[in-house]
Parts: sequence; C-alpha cells; structure tokens
Amino acid sequence: MAHDATTTGTGNTELVRVATSESRFARYGLIGIALCFVALFLVLPLAAVFTEAMRNGPGEFFTVLSDPETFAAIELTLLVAVIAVPLNLVFGVAAAWAIAKFEFKGKAFLTTLIDLPFSVSPVISGLVFVLLFGSHSLLGPWLQSHGIQILFAVPGIVLATVFVTFPFVARELIPLMQEQGTSDEEAALSLGASGWQTFWYVTLPNIKWGLLYGVLLCNARAMGEFGAVSVVSGHIRGLTNTMPLQVEILYNEYNFVAAFAVATLLALLALLTLVLKSLLEMKYSAQIAASRRH
Amino acid sequence: MTARTAPLWQFRQPSVIPGFGLALGVTLSWLILIILIPLSGLAWRSSALGWGTFWTLATDQRTINALRISFGTAFVAALINVVFGVILAWVLVRYRFPGKRVIDAMVDLPFALPTAVAGIALTTLYAPNGWIGSLLTPLGIKIAFTPIGIVFALVFVGLPFVVRTVQPIMEEIDKEVEEAAATLGANRFQTISRVLLPGLAPAVLTGFALAFARGVGEYGSVIFIAGNLPYVSEIAPLLIVIRLEEFNYPAATAIAAVMLIISFAMLLIINMIQAWSRKRYGYGA
Repeated sequence: MAHDATTTGTGNTELVRVATSESRFARYGLIGIALCFVALFLVLPLAAVFTEAMRNGPGEFFTVLSDPETFAAIELTLLVAVIAVPLNLVFGVAAAWAIAKFEFKGKAFLTTLIDLPFSVSPVISGLVFVLLFGSHSLLGPWLQSHGIQILFAVPGIVLATVFVTFPFVARELIPLMQEQGTSDEEAALSLGASGWQTFWYVTLPNIKWGLLYGVLLCNARAMGEFGAVSVVSGHIRGLTNTMPLQVEILYNEYNFVAAFAVATLLALLALLTLVLKSLLEMKYSAQIAASRRH
Repeated sequence: MTARTAPLWQFRQPSVIPGFGLALGVTLSWLILIILIPLSGLAWRSSALGWGTFWTLATDQRTINALRISFGTAFVAALINVVFGVILAWVLVRYRFPGKRVIDAMVDLPFALPTAVAGIALTTLYAPNGWIGSLLTPLGIKIAFTPIGIVFALVFVGLPFVVRTVQPIMEEIDKEVEEAAATLGANRFQTISRVLLPGLAPAVLTGFALAFARGVGEYGSVIFIAGNLPYVSEIAPLLIVIRLEEFNYPAATAIAAVMLIISFAMLLIINMIQAWSRKRYGYGA
C-alpha cells in the first residue's frame, strides 16, 4: 500500500508499483480533487456556521442563547430524543433478533418495510400524520372531542421523529447479528440459560458497540430532524419549536447571529456524533464493519 | 423437504433460539402502528380523491414543475456525487496523505448535521454576498436562489451515500485482479476503466440510487438556498408544505402520492439493474 514514487529498490518492485498504482501526477491530482471537494462542500459550511455565530463576539453569542424561546426549543429537542430513541432502540433490537436469528417466510419483505422511512421524504413523513390526526381526518373529530391534542403538540413531534428514525438501530444490528450467527446463543441455552439470560449475558455483550453506534446515528437524526417535524409542529413559539425549527424561524427573521448560534449547538452535536462514531469504528471495527457492508 | 416429518410449507424453520414470537410481535406491531397505518392513510386519502380529481391535481402546471425540479436536481446531484464520491472513496482507500482519517470521518458530516443547519450554512457561502458567492457574482455566476443552489445542497446531503457504499467494496478488491490485468498488458487506465470500475458498478449504482432517493425528498437543506420561486426553483416537498398551509389537503396528498409512486418505481428499476449487473460483474456478490 505504501508504494511511493520514491521506491528505487530493485527493478521488480518498481515495475509492480507502476503496474498496480497510478503515476505520482495522477495520485496527487486525485487527492487534490478530493480535498477541494471536501473543503468546498463539507469544511466550509461547517466553518461558516461557527464564524457567523461569533460574528459579534462571544458575548452576543451567549446572550442570544439564553433567550427563553431558544431555551424552550433546546428542552423540547432533548425531550423528543429521550422519548423517540429508546422506543426505536427496543424496536431495533426486537427486529434484529427476529430477522437475524431466525429463518422465516417474508423476511426480505419485512427488511424492505423497515427501510421504508429512508425512501420517504421527511415532508411526507409529517404529512401522513397530519392526514391521520388532522381535523379533516377520521380520527381528528374524535380526538378533538376528547381533548387529545396530537398535531401541533409534543405527541405529533414525537411520532414524526419516531417515523423518520425508525430504521436506524435495526439497520445497524441486522447485518451484525447475522454475521455473528446463533452458535453463542445455542451454547448458552444448552448450558441451561433461560432466553432472557441468554439475551442479557450473551447476545447483548456481543452487539453492544454496534447497538451504541445505531443509537448514536438515531439520536443525531432525532435531534436534527427538520422536514417531518416542521409539518406537524405548527411552529408555536416556546411550545412546539425544536432547535432546527428555531434555527429556521430566527433565520427567516434575519436574526442571523441567533440563528447561527442555535445552529452552532447542533453543529457541535454533529461533530460530537462524528468523533464518537470514529472512536467506535476504530476500537470495535470488527464488530461494526459488518453493518457498513450492507 | 429435507426432513421426512417436515411439512411442505412452514412459516419458519425450527430453531432452539427462543423469543421469535415476542420479537416478531414487537417488530410487526411497531411497524404497523408507526409506518404502515400512516402510510396507508396517505394511500387511502389519495384514492378517495377519485381518479379525475387526482389527475387534475397531479397535472397542475405548478406541481409538474415542482416535481420536475425535484427529480431533475436530485438526478444531477446524484451524478455529481457518483463522480466525486468514487474519487473520494478511491483516495481514501488507496492513498496515504496527512489528515486522511479526519477527512474519512468528515464524509459522514451530512448524516450528522441537521439539514436546516446545512441549509443556512450553504446559503451563507453561496449567496451573492456570501463567502464564495461574492467571488462568483462578478463572473456572472449565480448559485444560491437558483436551481444550481438546489443541486449544491443535494450534493451535500447525498455525498456520504455514494462514498459509504463504494468504499467497503473497494477495500475488498483483490490486488491480484489488477496484477493480472497488468501482466496481460493493460495500462493503468485500461485496468481501472475496464477491470475495476465495472466490478464496482453495482455498488456505485446503489450509492447513486440512495443519494437520488434522498435528494428527491430533501427539504431542510434546500429551502434556504433555493429561492423558492414557483415554477422555477420550488421543490415538490416545499409545494406540499405550501398546500398544507393553505389547508389544501387534497393537493398535498396528490403531490405526495405522485412523489412516492415515482420514487418507488425508480428504486424498483434500479434494484433490477443492480441485480442484473451484480450477476454479470461485481465484487463479493
């Protein structure tokens, strides 16, 4: 791999290098193109968020963040993630257990259905709940007469978030658990462990890093979801605005420093997610690699 | 049919592992409750419109333009991502350079960064008075508030799909294949274009399909940079939101149904091409 253009050893190694690697010119050219692309599309946008937030100095940055509406948005975002992520965690483990440990009819179809939210526009993910619970729907009038508020309230936001983050944990676990097979569990069972014991003491330790990886991605999406939440939230200030919605409102009011200040928090969350994700990949690459090959 | 006592048709193969009923039960009820009932509600509402109404709503000029813009920009962005995504994956798999690990981690930024944040950041860069936009304005190039801006936002959100599908397959390529090609007299360009790239085709196609599907539905990162001019730079998801805000539920439903039908049809076609090309070429197939 480390063949360098400076390899001047025997003629043979030089020949091999020439035959199975590109010329130095081509290599540097490709690296240059890749780096420019990354700088233009990934690094600069991130830099823009931090710079714009600090435009008027750190003092104003912290002042705008202590705004009560912004604070309410942060609280709501955390609340939604705290509800949605564990729900999808339980679902993900159950789905992976059924799909990876057993052979049954319609398994491929079930896997496709689980992936469905990935191919549905976030806006449509929100729309389906508006159609289900809105005042024009079948359920709407009944809910209204019983004083149950789902749309334009926290339950609607949670539902939409659960919908868009539905596949994350299952998707990470299924390939991992398929690769691990069932022999560990069979050994535990034959030694007299109960089903739950087998799960807690054998399966869970095997999948914990992959599980954490899925939860990490699920959480990033749950906190950052915009389209689906935007449709069901109703944008009630201080009540149903999550952080991404707060970013939009502030931005559209030309309150750029405040918009970018909230965006900075979300960007920091994204960076934290990336760092943790890279650490997990580095330390437990063998465990997680399976899920990256899907 | 392997065992004498096995019935001709059985739902699942026997296993000593417990918990199938519970796990499948939880999975199915959650799936039905969260995904299938809401989605079938959409199907039911659009079929309740009746064919005539549906057709009128779906063929409204503004709707057609919005769909054309969404699918067109997503297609162009996915193509751009295929080119640069494959180069990026190649560089990450094959070469060594300082900062490689950071770049590799950065590729996932679009997965982790909320789309609204990406949207306002890209707009800040490419607006006529922005960091990059101000350099381009004197040249007469306008990116933000045009369909080009939409393409830029979709390139951002789609990039990791291509890189992360192609990269692991590239890592699996056997060096011997290249050596064989070289000993048979192929030059490097021939080896890459005729031996390596065809083998990567299924993965590239998957990456393209994922980036494209994501781009068609993308909303958060696009609405800030698009300018949202009806008929010109208004994407279909935004038109759904606009119709919803007008309480025009039938129109919103119709646009959503058309988007879903076209997306699923395209994914189906791409799946079929993929299966075909995996049979013909393909690593690790």
